[in-house]
Amino acid sequence: MEKFTQHTGLVAPLDAANVDTDQIIPKQFLQKTERVGFGQHLFHDWRYLDAAGTKSNPEFILNAPQYKGASLLLTRENFGCGSSREHAPWALEEYGFKAVIASSFADIFYGNCINIGLVPVKLSETEIEALFVKTQNDDITITIDLINNKVIAGESSYDFSLDTFHQYCLEQGIDSVGWTLDKLDTIKAFESKMPTWM
Amino acid sequence: MSKSSNATSNAAATTLYEKLWQSHLVEDKEGETPLLYVDRHLIHEVTSPQAFANLKFHNRPVRHPERTIATMDHNISTRSIKIDAAGEGAANQLRTLEKNCKEFGIEIFGMGHKNQGIVHVIGPELGLTLPGTIIVCGDSHTATHGAFGALAFGIGTSEVEHVFATQTLRQTKAKTMKIEVKGSVGLGISAKDIILAIIGKTGSAGATGYVVEYCGEAIETLTMEQRMTVCNMSIEFGAKAGLIAPDATTIAYVEGKEYAPKGDVWQQAVTDWNKLKTDDGAVFDTVLTIEAKDIKAQITWGTTPGQVISVDTVVPSPDDFSDAVEKDSCIKALAYMGLTAGMKITDIEINKVFIGSCTNSRIEDLRAAAGVVKKYKGQKVSATVDAIIVPGSYRVKEQAEAEGLSQIFIDAGFEWRLPGCSMCLGMNDDVLKEGDRCASTSNRNFEGRQGRGSRTHLVSPEMAVAAAIEGHFVDINAHSSQRNQSA
Repeated sequence: MEKFTQHTGLVAPLDAANVDTDQIIPKQFLQKTERVGFGQHLFHDWRYLDAAGTKSNPEFILNAPQYKGASLLLTRENFGCGSSREHAPWALEEYGFKAVIASSFADIFYGNCINIGLVPVKLSETEIEALFVKTQNDDITITIDLINNKVIAGESSYDFSLDTFHQYCLEQGIDSVGWTLDKLDTIKAFESKMPTWM
Repeated sequence: MSKSSNATSNAAATTLYEKLWQSHLVEDKEGETPLLYVDRHLIHEVTSPQAFANLKFHNRPVRHPERTIATMDHNISTRSIKIDAAGEGAANQLRTLEKNCKEFGIEIFGMGHKNQGIVHVIGPELGLTLPGTIIVCGDSHTATHGAFGALAFGIGTSEVEHVFATQTLRQTKAKTMKIEVKGSVGLGISAKDIILAIIGKTGSAGATGYVVEYCGEAIETLTMEQRMTVCNMSIEFGAKAGLIAPDATTIAYVEGKEYAPKGDVWQQAVTDWNKLKTDDGAVFDTVLTIEAKDIKAQITWGTTPGQVISVDTVVPSPDDFSDAVEKDSCIKALAYMGLTAGMKITDIEINKVFIGSCTNSRIEDLRAAAGVVKKYKGQKVSATVDAIIVPGSYRVKEQAEAEGLSQIFIDAGFEWRLPGCSMCLGMNDDVLKEGDRCASTSNRNFEGRQGRGSRTHLVSPEMAVAAAIEGHFVDINAHSSQRNQSA
C-alpha cells in the first residue's frame, strides 16, 4: 500500500446519496481473479449507454471533459452501501481517485478503503453542500492534507478526523497482515484459553 | 416508533454485543484498532482469489485452515452442476477456489456436493454457525448468522487475507442499537415484512456504525429460519451486524447438526450459550420500538431497501419528503422504476418472479410459498410471468423434493432450479432484461442489481407467489397465509 500524506487534485462532484457498490462496480465485472482491471468498469451502468461499454453517457459527471483526470470524488451520504466487494474501492483507485469525500460511508466500504489506502474523508452535510456549491461554479482543485487532517478548497478549509490507527496505516502504508503477524504470541496465548467448543 | 436511550442504567450490566466483543478481544492496545479473534471463516469464489494470491505472494500459510469452510454459490449455474455451465469467467473463479482450497488444506463443498449451497444457508444448516462465536465472510449478508447470537459480519478481500494469515481481524467497536418489536404480527405477516418494515422506518443508513440487537415478543416467537431472514437484512439499513440472543429455539436447532459440538463439549457449549444475553439494565446507544400489529405486507417501490411501503398504500410522491436529498432520491427512483406517484401498489404489474437468495431460500420459505400456491387451488403462474424458485442449498432442495413442495411449484408453472445465489445478484445467467419488473424475495433492489435496466421489488415469498399467479401485487393480508401458525 502506498503512503499518503497530502494530495492536491481535481474534484469530480457526484451529486447522489446512497451510491451502492453495485453502481460503483456492477456484478458482471467481478469474475476476475486478479486485483487489476476494474477501473475501466467503474460506474459502468451510469458511465455507458450500452452494456458493452462502447457508448459514453454524456450526462454522467465523470464523462464531462472538465472532470477528466479528477483524482478526488465528492459525493453524498451513505456512499458505498451494499455489498462487501473490495472491487469497489479497487475500481475507484484504479480509475485514479486518491480520496472520496462524503458526509457518511457504509461501514464495510469504509474499512475496505482504509485497507487499500483510498482515503475516505468524512465532512458534515453542510460542508459537503458548500463543496457542491463551489464545484457548480468552477472546476476546483482540493487538497487533502493527512498530516493536519484538513480539506483545503480555495480559501475554505475543513477539518476531518480518522481513527488514530487508520491514520497511521494510511500515512505509513503499512502491511496490516504483517503488523498483526508480529503479535502471534499474543494470539496464541488467547487461543490457549478458548473454550473447547469454539 | 419511539426512539430513546434506556432510562435506567447499570454500570455492570452489558449488552450481548459487548459480551461477544469481550470474549473475542485478543488485544486492545492504545493507538491501535482492537484485535478480535475469528472462530469461523466462510469463503466463496468471488471475494477470495485475490486474498489467496496475496498470501502466496508473501509466502504466508493459512493459520487455521480447519476454521475456514468454502462453498461455491455466487457464480454457479442453476440449470446444471457442471463447473463450466455459467461461462468462462465463472468457471475460472470456481476452479481457482478449488485449487486454492486444495493448496491450503481448506474443506470445500464444490459442484454437486451434498453440503453445497449459499454460504449463509449452509453455515446454519450444517452447524458451522454457533452461538457465541465470531463469524466472518467476504459477503455483506454474513449478518444472517447473527440470528444465532453470533457476531457475524461481512468483510472485504484484504480482511479475508488478514483472517487467513492471522485468524483475527481489526475492528472498531460499534455503537449498540436495540430494536424491540412488541406484540404479535397479524395473520400472514412474515419475517421479511418485519425486517422490511424496520428498514422503512430507519432508512437505508439508519444503523450505520451500529450493531443491532432484535428483541421483543414478535422476534422471540420466530423460528430460526425466520430469525435468519430478519438478521440477513441488517446490512440493508447499514448495521455492522444484527443479533438475536440465543434461546431454547436456537439450541434445539443447532443440536445434532453435522458440525455442531457433541457429547460433553456440547453440554459445555449449552452452559455457555445460556449466559449469552443482554443483562437487565444494560444501556444501548439507541433504542427503537415497533408495534408488531402495525406491520403490514411490505413491498419496495424504489432503488434502496429503505424505499419500502405497505401493500395497501400508494407509490409515494417526491412531495412526501421534506429532506432535499430524499426528495431527489425519490425522483430518481420513480424514473428508474417506471412508476407514477400515487398509483396503487397492487396495480403494479410484474413479469418476473424470483424466489430464492440467502434471505428467503430455506425450507420454511419454500413451505410458506407452497402454502400460498395451494390457496390458489390449481391456479397457475400468470401467462405474462416467468417465475423461478431457487432453493438455498442441496439439502434444502432434497428436503423440498421429499416433502412434495417442488412438485407443487412445478405443477403451478414455476421453474424449479438448482441451488445458488442466482438472480439475487445475477452473476450467473439468471439475469433480468432491461425493463423487466421482478417480484423478488432477495435483499437488494439497487439499480441494475438483477440485470442492467431491470426493476426489482423486494417482497416475502408469500407475496412473490401471489404476484406470480395474479401478475401484480396483491394485498395478501386478506389472503391470511397461515405461515406464523404452521411454521
